[in-house]
Amino acid sequence: MAEILTKTRARNIFYGGSIFFVVVFIALTAQSHRHIVKTSTAGMPLTEQVALGKHVWEKNSCINCHTLHGEGAYFAPEIGNVMTRWGVADDPETAYEILDGWMQAQPSGIEGRRQMPHFEITEEEMRALSEFLRWADQTDTQGWPPNDAG
Amino acid sequence: MKYQSQSVAKAYFYCAMALFGIQVLGGLLAGWIYVSPNTLSEIVPFNVIRMIHTNALIVWLLLGFFGAAYFLVPEESERELYSVKLAYLQLIILMVGTLGAVGSYLVGIHGGREFLEQPLWVKFGILVAAVIFLFNISMTVLAGRKTAITNVLLMGLWLLCLLWVFAFINPDNLSLDKMYWWMVIHLWVEATWELVMAAILGYLMLKLTGVDREVVEKWLYVIVATALFSGILGTGHHFYWIGTPGYWQWIGSIFSTFEVIPFFLMMSFAFVMVWKGRKNHPNKAALLWSLGSSTVAFFGAGVWGFLHTLHGVNFYSHGTQITAAHGHLAFYGAYVALNLAIFTYAMPMLRGRDPYNQVLNMASFWLMTGGMTFMTFVLTFAGTIQTHMQRVLGENYMDVQDSLSLFYLMRFGAGAAVVVGALLFIYSLVVVRKREVIQPGPAQPGPAQSVAGE
Repeated sequence: MAEILTKTRARNIFYGGSIFFVVVFIALTAQSHRHIVKTSTAGMPLTEQVALGKHVWEKNSCINCHTLHGEGAYFAPEIGNVMTRWGVADDPETAYEILDGWMQAQPSGIEGRRQMPHFEITEEEMRALSEFLRWADQTDTQGWPPNDAG
Repeated sequence: MKYQSQSVAKAYFYCAMALFGIQVLGGLLAGWIYVSPNTLSEIVPFNVIRMIHTNALIVWLLLGFFGAAYFLVPEESERELYSVKLAYLQLIILMVGTLGAVGSYLVGIHGGREFLEQPLWVKFGILVAAVIFLFNISMTVLAGRKTAITNVLLMGLWLLCLLWVFAFINPDNLSLDKMYWWMVIHLWVEATWELVMAAILGYLMLKLTGVDREVVEKWLYVIVATALFSGILGTGHHFYWIGTPGYWQWIGSIFSTFEVIPFFLMMSFAFVMVWKGRKNHPNKAALLWSLGSSTVAFFGAGVWGFLHTLHGVNFYSHGTQITAAHGHLAFYGAYVALNLAIFTYAMPMLRGRDPYNQVLNMASFWLMTGGMTFMTFVLTFAGTIQTHMQRVLGENYMDVQDSLSLFYLMRFGAGAAVVVGALLFIYSLVVVRKREVIQPGPAQPGPAQSVAGE
């Protein structure tokens, strides 16, 4: 490396530059926080039911098979647009009924097919989960996923 | 080994290797479930096995980092550790927490944020352990000699421990949750862990090649500068499709493209140091792991990361087997292989022996690296087909998966090679064989002398 770049200079560039990028990153994060709350997730109110649904989602570790907005495990289908795929994004009652019917039918036990476990979920929790998935579906995700297959 | 307290690292490395074994066996089982989906499906479902696979990985890598810090900081600072007892206490907390977490996953108690599923008490345990570690290691460094290696290592470890705070922040708003989740996940593996990796690699190069410290340390600062300059705003490549603003598509694409640079520099650094160095260090296995780590990290983290980081590509490939391919090779090259490099270097000294079982150890390198490379290719092909069928043609997820079964079968075979390699590696370090299989070659003429065991 050139003699002009001494160890001390390299160190100072490292510290100075890092602080600069941290500051920029914090500013953009703050702006993004505001954007999420005010714009991209504002299509449907974040009710207590939706929050409960998120808790149900987490308690059962759904993310370790499914993806949600493309993040998670790749063992089972994308869930972020599942309500659109089912055609019930704007129909809470039918959304609940389809979700409940699907979950009650698991595990399918079909040989050679990936098995979804049976989860002990109350009706209140199932309705909340359904609302949470509808809420996630209405998020402005910049047009992702490319199609309903997720 | 110059300082008595360095022996703490031995306990850390043993625990790390035990969890490494659990991790790869969990991974093999998960790979088998892709082939034969009814396996254990009603007793231990896939999501639980995957939690064990990923969590065991994260903890053993951290244990390796902590152990490496306890091993190299006394030598760098030229003094004993501040407290050996605190170091053991920290290890006990981490092991109780980890085994507690695995146990509670098996009975169905866990959180639901990916990789951060640990029950709250375990998260607090990790926090306490991190505070103990930072206190212990900082007191040691502050009282002794300061070097660039300890500076960078400590900065990486301090920042990664501080970022753990985001593990406790879980907003009800899913998009906010995801954004802050990445403050742990991305800023660990694509920023702070790179600092730790570069520092450990710098230390290994210093010891193994005998190159002048000034040269090593200048490289080190340049490497970590490029790591943070690209990696911090590179977080943007996770903010394309989670509800964050559209400008991240440009920031993320541009800066995460630069994320290749630190990995390219680390690879160049390792090879240039070996060419420049005149030392013929007897621990060839440690050298192989060091060079292998930086090379595989360049391909796994650098090239395979770039493959799907531009937002126009990621729009189609996001959350497919492409991501899995990249994740496996990146973690293996950057963090698994680097940890195994420092274990290979330190263990013979910690156990008071010259390098031994090098052939088995080196065979384990080729088995694991070969297996991981094959797995990466297989998953990349699977992901390419998946992207086309599902994201372009819009075919149903499960139909697409059914057409990928041959790739999953080959992935299982690759995984089996990795597991055999991992067990062979552990055997080669844990079980003592006194006879050297290969005699060290003659030292090249030069000022630096080869000292066995240094």
